[in-house]
Amino acid sequence: MNDFCDLFWRLDSSTKTLDKVKALKEYFAIAKPEDAIWTIYFLVGKRIKRLVGTKLLRQWAIEKADISAWMFEECYDRVGDLAETISLVIDATSEESAANTKAAPTLRSGESSNAAMMLHGTEVDCLSESAKPTFAKEESPVTECHPHIRDDVSLKSLIEDHLLPLRDLDPEQQRDCVLVLWRSFDHKQIFVLGKLMMGGFRVGVSKKLVTRALAEHTKVDAATIAHRLMGDWKPDVAFYELLFNPDEGETAISKPYPFFLANPLKEGPDPLLGDPKDWVAEWKWDGIRAQVIRREGETFIWSRGEELVTEQFPEVAAAADHLPDGTVLDGEILGWEPDADGPMEFSQLQRRIGRKRLGKKLLSAVPVVLLAFDLIEDGGEDIRMLPLSERQSRLETLMIKVGLALRDKQIFTLAAERQGHTSNKPVFAIRIPPQVEQSGNPTDWTELSMRREAAKELRTEGLMLKRIDSAYQVGRPIGDWWKWKVEPYTIDAVLIYAQRGHGRRASLYTDYTFAVWKKDSLVPFAKAYSGLTDAEIRKVDAFVRKNTNERFGPVRSVTPELVFELAFENVQKSTRHKSGIAVRFPRISRWRHDKKPADADSLATIQAMLAE
Amino acid sequence: MVDMQKKLLTTTPDGLYCELGDFYVDPWRPVDRALITHAHADHARWGNKRYLAADTGSQVLRIRMGEKAKLDFQPLGKPLTVGGVKVTFFPAGHILGSAQIHIEKDGQSIVVSGDYKRQADSTCLPFEPVRCNTFITESTFGLPIYRWPSSESVFAGINEWWRSNQAAGKCSMLLAYSLGKAQRLLAGVDASIGPIYTHGAVEKLNAGYREAGVALPDTTYVGEVDAKATDWRQALIVAPPAAAGTTWARRFGKLSVSMASGWMQIRGTRRRRAMDRGFILSDHVDWLDLMKTIKETEAENVWVTHGYSDIVVRHLREQGLNAEVLKTEFVGEELVEESSTAEEQAPAVLAGATNE
Repeated sequence: MNDFCDLFWRLDSSTKTLDKVKALKEYFAIAKPEDAIWTIYFLVGKRIKRLVGTKLLRQWAIEKADISAWMFEECYDRVGDLAETISLVIDATSEESAANTKAAPTLRSGESSNAAMMLHGTEVDCLSESAKPTFAKEESPVTECHPHIRDDVSLKSLIEDHLLPLRDLDPEQQRDCVLVLWRSFDHKQIFVLGKLMMGGFRVGVSKKLVTRALAEHTKVDAATIAHRLMGDWKPDVAFYELLFNPDEGETAISKPYPFFLANPLKEGPDPLLGDPKDWVAEWKWDGIRAQVIRREGETFIWSRGEELVTEQFPEVAAAADHLPDGTVLDGEILGWEPDADGPMEFSQLQRRIGRKRLGKKLLSAVPVVLLAFDLIEDGGEDIRMLPLSERQSRLETLMIKVGLALRDKQIFTLAAERQGHTSNKPVFAIRIPPQVEQSGNPTDWTELSMRREAAKELRTEGLMLKRIDSAYQVGRPIGDWWKWKVEPYTIDAVLIYAQRGHGRRASLYTDYTFAVWKKDSLVPFAKAYSGLTDAEIRKVDAFVRKNTNERFGPVRSVTPELVFELAFENVQKSTRHKSGIAVRFPRISRWRHDKKPADADSLATIQAMLAE
Repeated sequence: MVDMQKKLLTTTPDGLYCELGDFYVDPWRPVDRALITHAHADHARWGNKRYLAADTGSQVLRIRMGEKAKLDFQPLGKPLTVGGVKVTFFPAGHILGSAQIHIEKDGQSIVVSGDYKRQADSTCLPFEPVRCNTFITESTFGLPIYRWPSSESVFAGINEWWRSNQAAGKCSMLLAYSLGKAQRLLAGVDASIGPIYTHGAVEKLNAGYREAGVALPDTTYVGEVDAKATDWRQALIVAPPAAAGTTWARRFGKLSVSMASGWMQIRGTRRRRAMDRGFILSDHVDWLDLMKTIKETEAENVWVTHGYSDIVVRHLREQGLNAEVLKTEFVGEELVEESSTAEEQAPAVLAGATNE
């Protein structure tokens, strides 16, 4: 646990990649396999299911800190992170209790001896309180709560012996255990512990960086490590050995490949991309990126966030049952309108996400399809190194070969039979995406950029440009895959509310609500968090502090004075918003110092953007 | 009672005003008679006709206010009558010369504590709790999340950071307020590790500290040496926060930049500043010391100003104290771009005042 905490804080205190890789390698060099694998588990973004409710943790921290609930919320509001808030407030109290027991203060007493008090405070607190649960626990053999934790407890033991058992305890027993944990560690460790208990773990280390450090440490190829780290795995010694095995080990049948991601093309393709003949243009669909795996008679659908979403998209899963074993498709899942034979708004698809149960109604209201644009495993063979053109032609062949593909215009489809029975108009749940209509391959960037203008009508975000001979790579390397989005909508709006940010931005007012004119009044229509530079954020923050009119909890209303240009991807009607419209991905594109609030746009302007 | 207290001190558009004695304390607009708690720009502003401050701060206040300002100084603990009101300065422990101002008339007293801290600091006299009816306190760090580690442990961390930078062939740059924090850091680091250089804003005030008899290690003004001929890899540079990322800072080559501030307590703040290291060191009271100090003054009324005043007031009221928010234009320890607001704001205010 100590090594792990040290690693955490080392990673946290540096902003430099080299330092982080060094810290990781030094950690892996000394860590035992059973601990290191847990560290890897957390650093690549996996989490243990929440062990204790945050409400309870909050409540116990409030009790232990002996502060009012509102005060805890004020602190949380400033810190922006629950685990950190808890670690800070409960740490403060151990010192306070010591301060209170100190002899009555003498007036004009001179210098205080803070430092000494702090040290004593913590120790006294530890000794006096830890005695209680020890007795309580001896009488109840059912509990797995360890009354005493050695301060050199290993990460594995901490997690497996102390944390995981928490889940099966009743709140009273959980409370005792958590209090023991809090007493056993210092505030930096309590923070890390809180992160472990609550599941979230972000320390500015990307999966790519961990992969790189592991590759350098083990001398195993980074792409192999990245692949092995995908999907579901158990953080045990067996997996640790498999991970570091220089030979190709057996792959779990559910394991997805690392996704190949595109970089944004900001300035347009010319002259950066050279000859258009070397490129393939595809629509950039606005849905959920997914990998569909068919191996050994089983189907797995993985989202880009590496969540297994097979159950969420039964029609795609059913269609995938027709694929031969040893097939992995990469594509985009979209809500699909059977009549129009085109994608639905993303907001429709959103209705299907995060539902535990999919009702019949929803399934028929929002049927989904996978638009498969790449084939990365064919006949059980990893074909990522083949050129894109070869992979795509294999994909077409496969779609036809499985016998369910229909040739309709330029669309190859694979019908989902089960779906077909319930609807008159079958939705083909796995299909090759409609192509960017054009005469042959792009010969000219200008022509292509004109095609791109149609993106919004087709409910796509723009174009993807892929090098025709590109391999399917790991992560987001620059050069072969580009996303060329259509110009966003923009509007000038007035800042009217501000709220503090979270995490990195917790102490600043960074979350803004913007309004546009509706006759003589300003109606809020969008919230935006990003787009300003740090320096601009500081200026807006200072403005907010000086121009606050009212406070509603953490939100401040400010004098409407600042005008910003907001960019967004899409406008939709909304009954939930006061303005009657909802915009997608709003962000601040620039600060219009040149404009006064009166120059801001009106709601009518946005309504006019409502396509169709 | 409170009415009487308000006659003793009240807020006006020009600043905290003592009606009975016809003077201001740390006024934010130019006035005839200004009593000054300490030389930071948000408390000691330009343009007042006459100033009165504790004599322990005479050197730094002179540096800050310039040769032409009319400054009077009073020894600590020695009462003086100003317009029929008894005024006494007591040390506040914030920076060199910082004082609390005790204002008394007919058995009623108010203490304006300015900015203060309770941690040890070898560059200034320690805070002394003073009994009073009304205690005016800052609340820059008035939340239970703020509690300072011992300054010993912080300095140990700074020394270790400096050494490890030397080992990595990197120059160490430590950012801190040029008045107060910078000198506290200089006095606290282990000067045997390597040479120490300073930014001009810091060096100017070092002179005032040395003149006042505060022991500081040898420092060299960066502008005095040939940057290209100097080996910066062993050096510690002490500079105000605004110096970070400027062309001025480029001369040092490979740099590790850290900052010493109470705000560094919060992880989000450290990360947002994209600093290599953040050291938790403040010249303001933390939560525990704030509560302790309020108790020790035995004041019936507590007026809470710059910082988390709403929150502290609500908390104190829950504890049964007679507390209220006092609106002022003091800024305490600025979270962002400290020097550009706290240190450079004053001329702007002055310019604004002359225009009016």
